[in-house]
Amino acid sequence: MAEVFVAKVSEIPDGERRIVKHDGHEIGVFHWQKQFYAYQNMCVHQGGPACEGSIMHKVEDVIGEDRTWQGQRFSATQVHFVCPWHGYEYDLRTGECVPDRSLKLKTYPAIRRGEDIYVVAE
Amino acid sequence: MDLPLSDFRKMSVQEFDTTKLLDHAAQQARERKYSEFPIIDVDSHHYESESMGEILEYMEDPVIAQLARAASTSNSKGPGVLNAGGIGYQDMGGRVSRYQLRTIEKVDGGGKHRDIALTKRWMDAMGIDIAVLFPTPMLQLGLHPQVEVEVALARAYNRWLCERILAQEPRVRSMLYLPFNDAEASYKMVKEFGDKKGVCGFMITSARYRPVHHNSYMKTYALIEEMGIPLAFHAGYNWGDQSISMLNRFISVHGLGFVIPNMIHMANWVMNGLPERFPKLKLIWIESGLAWLTFMIQRFDNEYMMRSSEAPSLKKLPGEYITDMFYTSQPMEMPRDMGMLEATFRMIKAETQLLYSSDYPHWDFDLPSTIYDLPVLSPQGKRNILGGNAVKLFNIQDVGKKLAQVA
Repeated sequence: MAEVFVAKVSEIPDGERRIVKHDGHEIGVFHWQKQFYAYQNMCVHQGGPACEGSIMHKVEDVIGEDRTWQGQRFSATQVHFVCPWHGYEYDLRTGECVPDRSLKLKTYPAIRRGEDIYVVAE
Repeated sequence: MDLPLSDFRKMSVQEFDTTKLLDHAAQQARERKYSEFPIIDVDSHHYESESMGEILEYMEDPVIAQLARAASTSNSKGPGVLNAGGIGYQDMGGRVSRYQLRTIEKVDGGGKHRDIALTKRWMDAMGIDIAVLFPTPMLQLGLHPQVEVEVALARAYNRWLCERILAQEPRVRSMLYLPFNDAEASYKMVKEFGDKKGVCGFMITSARYRPVHHNSYMKTYALIEEMGIPLAFHAGYNWGDQSISMLNRFISVHGLGFVIPNMIHMANWVMNGLPERFPKLKLIWIESGLAWLTFMIQRFDNEYMMRSSEAPSLKKLPGEYITDMFYTSQPMEMPRDMGMLEATFRMIKAETQLLYSSDYPHWDFDLPSTIYDLPVLSPQGKRNILGGNAVKLFNIQDVGKKLAQVA
C-alpha cells in the first residue's frame, strides 16, 4: 500500500476534482461538500476516462399524488459524474454505476492530513 | 477555462484534442496488440454540415445553391436546404462533451482537409487502419420533401467527398449516398461515381418512405451487383414518423428508430425475392445493432412456413437469406446473458458476416475492444470481424502493413 499525494486542499476547491497517476493507474479525486472521494479513472463500460466528465445532479421524474407525471427536475441531493465517452453515470459518493449499482468503479481511501490530500493506492 | 482532465492530459476548452480524449483507447490498442492485424471500421462519421460552404461550390443547380447559401447567411444555423437532423439530443444534454468541443478542435492537416485530420486522430487512437466514412445530418436527407434537393445535395456532397477527402487520403473510404427518392438519379450516381478513388460501395439512408422492391430500382441494383461492390442500408431515426412520434424520450426514439426502418427494408427485400434476383449483390445493414436479427429470422421463418404463397420467389427460408447478408457491429447490444449474444452470432454467422464498426464520433461509439474482449469468439473470429471480413468484402489490397499509428 502506498500513500499518493494528490494536492493541497486549496488546490481542489469544493466541486472540483484532480486526477493523479500512480503505478500506471489513474485515480480521480473529487472534493464534494467537504468530503473527498477517490475512484479509478476507468469506466466499467469501454474503459473511458469516467472521472473526467461532467458533474451533474440526478434527473428525477416528478410524479404527483395522483400518479400523474408533472415534469422533471434535478435532484437536490444526489450527484453524479458522467463518463464523457458514452454518458455512463456514477454516484459521486459511492462510485456505483447508477443504472446498475452492482457495477462500481474501483474505490481508493482518500485521506486528509492537515492541508494535504492523499489517496491510498495498492 | 480548463477541461476537468488529469494533470498529465491537461488542456483548456480551446485546446480540446481528440487524441487526448481517446488516450485510454490508445492504451487498449497497445495492450491488445492491434499492431498485429488490420482493423477496418465499416461505419464512421463526419459532420458534412461543417463543410457545407465548400460542398455548395460543387452544387450544379444554381437556384438551389443560391437558396442554401442565402439561408446559411441569414439564419446562421446552416443551409436552409438541409433538414439537418431535426430534433435530437445526441449529446445527452452536454454529458458527451465532444459534441460541443470538436467543433472548435484545432488541427494541422498538412494541407489536407480538416475532416481528414480529425478522422485520422481517432483512427490512430483506436488502432483503425481504414475507415468507411459517412455523413451525419444527411442521414435524414431522405425525408426531405423536395426530391430535387436530395438529388442536388447528394451529387454535390459526393463530388466534394471524392475530390476533397477520398482522393486525398487512402485510409478513408466511403459508400456513397444514393438519392433514393429519385431512382433514375440513383442509377446515374452509381454510373458516374462507382469507380472513383476510395468509393467502396453505395449507401441508402433507411429513414425514408420508398419501398426498396419498386421496379424502378432494379437496374441500379443490377449495376451495383455487376460492379461487385456492396450496397448498404444505413439506419437513422425519424422522430417525425407517425409511430415514432408517439415516443416522448430520445432513448426510446433512438432505441426503436434506428431499427424499424431497416426491419421494413429488409422485410421488403427478402419477401420480394430480391436475393434471388440479385444473388451476387452484397448487402450490408448498418447501425441497427444485432438483436433485431434474431427477431427477424425467427419471426419470418415462422410466418413463411404458413404463408409461402405470398413470397413465391424464395427458394429457402427467409432467415437463410438474412444470414447470408453482412452487418456492422455497432451499437452492439451487451446482454446480461452472454448466451444471447452467442446465439445471435451463431444465427448471423458472425465470424464471416459481421463487420466491426465504431460509429465514431457519435455518442454510442464502440471501440475495437468491444469485439476483441468478447469471450464467445475464437481468436480468428475476432480478427475476421475486426478487419478480415471487410478486407474480403471490399477487396481491400493495401493492408499488408499496419496503417494506424497509435500514439
